[in-house]
Amino acid sequence: MTTEEIKYLPKDYKSDQYVRWCPGCGDHAVLNCLHKAMAEIGVAPSNMAVISGIGCSSRLPYYMNTYGFHTIHGRGAAIATGVKTARPDLSVWLITGDGDCLAIGGNHFIHAVRRNVDLNIILFNNKIYGLTKGQYSPTTDRGFVTKSSPFGTVEDPFIPAELALGARGNFFARAIDVDLKNTTDILEASARHKGCSVTEVLVNCVIFNDGIHKAITDKAVRAERTVMLRHGEKMLFGANQEKGIVLEGLKLKAVTIGEEGYTLDDILVHDAHEKDNTLHMMLAMMSGDMPLALGVIRDVEAPVYDECVHAQIEEVQAKSKVKNLNDLLMSGEVWEIK
Amino acid sequence: MTEQTKVTTLDKVVIRFSGDSGDGMQLTGTIFSNLSAVFGNEISTFPDYPAEVRAPQGTLSGVSGFQVHLGSRKIFTPGDKADVLVAMNPAALKVNVKNIKPNAIVLIDTDSFEKSDLEKALYTTDDPFKELGLNDVQVVAAPISTMVKDGLAGFGLDNKSALRCKNMFALGLVCWLFERPLEEAMHMLQNKFAKKPAIAQANIKALTDGYNYGHNIHASVSTYRIESQVMAPGFYTDVNGNKATSLGLIAAAEKSGLQLFLGSYPITPATDILHELSKRKDLGVITVQAEDEIAGICTSIGASFAGCLAATTTSGPGLALKSEAIGLAVIAELPLVIVDVQRGGPSTGLPTKSEQTDLLQALYGRNGESPVVVIAASTPTDCFDAAYWASKIAVEHMTPVILLTDAFIANGSSAWKLPNLAEYPAIVPPLATQYDGDKPWKPYRRNKETMVRYWAVPGMEGFAHRLGGLEKDFDTSAISTDPKNHQKMVEARQTKIDKIADFVPELEVIGDQDAELLIVGWGGTYGHLYEAMETMHEQGKKVAFAHFQFINPLPRNTAEVLGRFKKVVVAEQNKGQFANYLRGKIAGFNPYRFNRVKGQPFVVARLVEEFTKILEA
Repeated sequence: MTTEEIKYLPKDYKSDQYVRWCPGCGDHAVLNCLHKAMAEIGVAPSNMAVISGIGCSSRLPYYMNTYGFHTIHGRGAAIATGVKTARPDLSVWLITGDGDCLAIGGNHFIHAVRRNVDLNIILFNNKIYGLTKGQYSPTTDRGFVTKSSPFGTVEDPFIPAELALGARGNFFARAIDVDLKNTTDILEASARHKGCSVTEVLVNCVIFNDGIHKAITDKAVRAERTVMLRHGEKMLFGANQEKGIVLEGLKLKAVTIGEEGYTLDDILVHDAHEKDNTLHMMLAMMSGDMPLALGVIRDVEAPVYDECVHAQIEEVQAKSKVKNLNDLLMSGEVWEIK
Repeated sequence: MTEQTKVTTLDKVVIRFSGDSGDGMQLTGTIFSNLSAVFGNEISTFPDYPAEVRAPQGTLSGVSGFQVHLGSRKIFTPGDKADVLVAMNPAALKVNVKNIKPNAIVLIDTDSFEKSDLEKALYTTDDPFKELGLNDVQVVAAPISTMVKDGLAGFGLDNKSALRCKNMFALGLVCWLFERPLEEAMHMLQNKFAKKPAIAQANIKALTDGYNYGHNIHASVSTYRIESQVMAPGFYTDVNGNKATSLGLIAAAEKSGLQLFLGSYPITPATDILHELSKRKDLGVITVQAEDEIAGICTSIGASFAGCLAATTTSGPGLALKSEAIGLAVIAELPLVIVDVQRGGPSTGLPTKSEQTDLLQALYGRNGESPVVVIAASTPTDCFDAAYWASKIAVEHMTPVILLTDAFIANGSSAWKLPNLAEYPAIVPPLATQYDGDKPWKPYRRNKETMVRYWAVPGMEGFAHRLGGLEKDFDTSAISTDPKNHQKMVEARQTKIDKIADFVPELEVIGDQDAELLIVGWGGTYGHLYEAMETMHEQGKKVAFAHFQFINPLPRNTAEVLGRFKKVVVAEQNKGQFANYLRGKIAGFNPYRFNRVKGQPFVVARLVEEFTKILEA
């Protein structure tokens, strides 16, 4: 290769539009991470398509200097599926929120994941409807008081990871808005994955749900309350990486190295590439006394829908004598009147 | 005896094949119509099948029919009432009482007219003909089941497989009745069962036995001859509306150089378009069977954004689900073809039957001021041209186009002279590279004459842009909530659609230009209305006919044409949707109306009766 590759910078992906999210909104940070991740990946802005549905986060395409399409509520996954299936050569991103993706758009989301369309889905989860000013969403915790649940909700939330893996997802990652470095790395990993990737980013809604993730993301507690999973590395956490995850029987357990007879050797090594998703599911579902799993939890190769669609077309075309409409018409039951 | 057989020459005849949905009546009818077409007859066919996949055998709800209209001159409809009915069981006879002429020939399998068969079809006496008041029909009663079993004794087939050939025996009899040589039918059976030669042979034996039976036994009914007519030289095939629609989309893709993309969700009676296009990987067609109707259109909108000729296919309930997404395509100004194969409604309604009740939904069924182009196909073969036009307008004018067909023309078929694509007008996508305005390109900067914006497709360097459902500024294309700008954009989108009238053919009047009465129709009723006019001409009455294919925008000369006649009757299969639409467009227009919403095609005789009353009023 003699052609010099163009090196893109984060600013090349930034549009000239004034960003209209509330000051302090977690979406600003994710946007910055995305610009950086895109520059790392290095696909030309004109070969990227950023699709979104409706909601605060779905405004994001306007802040990108790529091709973009801000569509209708919940349908982003279906529209992005169309873009990618039509044009596998494009890098296609889907920006969505907990309401857009998991309530009105739930059906399109699970099917995009099931088909394994090569989309990079970023799910902004603030556990609230922000744009409609504060109703509970499908990820709001049971009993939570909002404008539409003044006495607390009486329903259980979705855990996005459980839904994504239940839909046979092959890539799932979790990130937090306040950790720019890791979020950038995770978004880059999601883009490098061939097939549908789902990255849930826990974001703060400063107006309607301020501090919702604070108990996990706050700097003071983050090291204790989260574990950053990295493929091939031990599942360690804690301020001094003195804690880890072990498997006991059929359950995961958080232990302290050197206590109760646990040594470093007992700590699980993360295998994101394992086809069987059992352990991935258990890790993704950790809550309560367990640290919340962050990072790339699952990253497995599988046949990619859009590639398969085009491969099938090429295969049939290679064998068929029908090259145009006229060939097709003449290949059927035809008679001639002279 | 055989020498006494009378041969009657007719210019038109209607044959209805009817039996249990498992009796193979659709195949029988298709073979018969095809061999008649090869013979040089004009044909028009229509299948009439139950919504259930397999209702209990022998019951009224399980009856499946296939009607063929043959003629030596132009045939536009499958005909009103049948001259010949093949009734494989008593249920088929009962269901079709209203569909046959008083003196029709009725061919029955006596083996299926036993007491238990009559009970299943809810007869209360043991004489079905008398019970149904069929006193003047000519019955050809043959023990078909017995003869088929006997005839296939040496074929090593089990009883059930042998009896499956009953329909071919019946076909043989009909071929005898209409003096159709069997060679072509044999050829078709060999093709159909190419991988099962034993089954092919058994079917051919039953076919031949049926023909010989007719020839040897029946001197008492007349046989019919339909002379072949002189058709324009060229290659022909038999095509139904859904297939023609598929081919029209393929043609438009080829002509425009765009890849064809279909996002669709199965729905009766539109699904065959999805089937047809799914087979066309050889022509590079991408099909996505989506998770629902909304995803059907949304994947297509995505594909359109990505630069394809995108289409979605559906029927009324599906169109309702797609409404919001159509609005997105309107405001994003992306090309999109939405095919609505209309069926009986509301709700699930009559899924296999035909109506024209989606017109207002197509025109107005969206939030906001959301104009789209609406085109209606008039015959099975016209679906090709209509789909081509729909695609051409969608691409060249950057707009969604709704193409209305209906269950009747979608499933009905007729002989079709293969089109020569070279004779079709070019389709030129207005790519952003063609933009030559004074200011730099922006996604919503328009061609001043057509008001069409320019299409930038991902991958085109220097044209990256953001579209969306939010209103945009007329000049800068950025999001705008400015009141004046919104008014301007609403007008711009409307004007863009209105100007398409400059590109569509004018409305034509056929028949007597100086008539007092003008018949007006749109879409799939063309054949019936045309035949009604023809019949009235034969009766010495003066009448004219104008049929609409372009509904929004209307042809430029619409008001002038409609104003030229003293009386106008708008005939449609709904409660007057098109008549009301025309009234909204043309000041003082107050037509007579003929409205039927039965899920069934018009009956020509009824049309003639009504139009004559109006004429003489």
